[in-house]
Amino acid sequence: MSLVADLSVQLGTLDLQAELRVADGELLALLGPNGAGKSTALRAVAGLQPLHGGTVQVDDTVLDQPTAGTFVPPERRPIGVVFQDHLLFAHMSVVENVAFGLRARNTPKAEARRRAHEWLERVGLAATANDRPSALSGGQAQRVALARALAIDPRVLLLDEPLAALDAGTRAMVRRDLRRHLASFAGMRLLVTHDPVDAYALADRVAVLEAGRIVQTGTLAEVAAHPRSRYVADLVGVNLVTGKVTGGVLHTDRGAQVVIADAPAGPSFAVIRPHSLTITRDAPAGASTRNVWRGVITDIDRLGERARVGVEGELPLTAEITLAALDALALRPGDDVHVGAKATDIEVYPA
Amino acid sequence: MVLVLAAIAVAFFALPLVGLLWRAPWSNAWDYLTTDDALTALRLSLWCSAWSTLASFVLGVPLAWTLARVPFRGNGVVRALCTLSMVLPPVVGGVALFFALGRRGIVGQWLDDWFGIRLPFTTAGVIVAQTFVAMPFLVITVEAALRQMDRRVEDAARTLGASSWYTFRRVTLPAIRPALIAGGVLAWARALGEFGATITFAGNFPGTTQTLPLAIYLSLETNPEAAIVLALLMIAISFAVLVGLRDRWFGRQTRPELSA
Repeated sequence: MSLVADLSVQLGTLDLQAELRVADGELLALLGPNGAGKSTALRAVAGLQPLHGGTVQVDDTVLDQPTAGTFVPPERRPIGVVFQDHLLFAHMSVVENVAFGLRARNTPKAEARRRAHEWLERVGLAATANDRPSALSGGQAQRVALARALAIDPRVLLLDEPLAALDAGTRAMVRRDLRRHLASFAGMRLLVTHDPVDAYALADRVAVLEAGRIVQTGTLAEVAAHPRSRYVADLVGVNLVTGKVTGGVLHTDRGAQVVIADAPAGPSFAVIRPHSLTITRDAPAGASTRNVWRGVITDIDRLGERARVGVEGELPLTAEITLAALDALALRPGDDVHVGAKATDIEVYPA
Repeated sequence: MVLVLAAIAVAFFALPLVGLLWRAPWSNAWDYLTTDDALTALRLSLWCSAWSTLASFVLGVPLAWTLARVPFRGNGVVRALCTLSMVLPPVVGGVALFFALGRRGIVGQWLDDWFGIRLPFTTAGVIVAQTFVAMPFLVITVEAALRQMDRRVEDAARTLGASSWYTFRRVTLPAIRPALIAGGVLAWARALGEFGATITFAGNFPGTTQTLPLAIYLSLETNPEAAIVLALLMIAISFAVLVGLRDRWFGRQTRPELSA
């Protein structure tokens, strides 16, 4: 029992080729930058964007398979969708919005309203039943959108950037609410987001989509520990170096060398955590286990007690040092510095 | 300077109205309004314009939807063709209708032979002429609204299990309700005031095809005072329509319903 989506869609400049699997009861977050094809993937699963190749299958039912000529239109798929800006029907009351799917499936009016009321109670919005959607806050509108999608009793729930339309103040609270309400839905859930915080709070597993391709899947902890793309590395805030390992040294494409503790030879990734880096003005007289790269400071971000320092050079890096160290060295953008790292602090894994 | 020119413009529009009001025979205006001829023309005008508005909805909304939503080659040509009668002199439209639907016309010929339907010089002919000039106002208003509306709302309806027809009725039409009202009223007002196409295609027979504008034109020769009273009646109707529409038509951008 699962959602199988092997998606092949060409749309303008986007070439989407993505395989997604969501098991029963699982929440998969599809994480990626804007324009990566996340929303197109979601629309393809919902049936709003027909596939050009591949398959969409829920449980044992094939919903879209161009080679077999199969296409089930969105209204006959067991799939509910919560859209980015909720897309509630402005001309209907809140309860009519929630009852809409039932009414469209020929449920008698009284019965549809009764069940819609139940859903509103479940999401704590029974008091707003007769309001217009325009009277709701962003968080409330989202809960109505969720109730509306779940009222049709879908097997799969799709959520498109459910928190992106909310302001920063209410986001954390709405995220917590959403997590609670999502937990009560037993089917398969696919969440599209560009925010790793959402993925971390809500998802069991993440799939990272970049430029139409899945570049990495796994639990968020796995993905964060071993990023396989610059995008993921930036999201989790680590330096990612790609290159080739020969004889205990990783050679990057740009000619820099990274001395590492121990790793098999071949194309590899290396993660260098910013707080494991040191910055000095002069080359440190150091042991053989230390890497030292020269560079120029490009920018300095102060974050509480620490500062993130961007250094451009043969090996572009971001280092995190204490404010005390920053002030002691009186660092400014444009300064020449040396960045050091212990070989044992660098984690290397095959590409 | 701008205000002076604007004032001249206002005067330009107001003066003819003042002229009519000045010359109106107020003491026996009611008598002129309630003559058999006037009442017959008014009744016929209301009857025909109501039917042509209905016909404009039945045919115009599907046309607007097709133009807005179905991508096809020649879309622009079809739109131009269907709104041509807005810029055409109505007399030209009447002549064209005559050669299409008249007894010797390409379609009119077999309408007569097969069904015995004759449109020219009948009340049905008035409705055809009015629909011909009025429907484009509805079509362009509704098409603009359909293009403007957020189509993802329709997507949302589809994912909730609504067929495309159910979505159209329950989501699309309510979303463009202001445009439907505005377009309908514009089309109705245009049909009510229609003169050229009507007189060319349907003629000028009291009781069957003589609508209010035709009656006004005719009584200018025989009874100018009656013409003035009927003209003022038409102005009152049109003015009421414009005032009723002003928010929907001129203030559209600020209306939240359209964007929601």
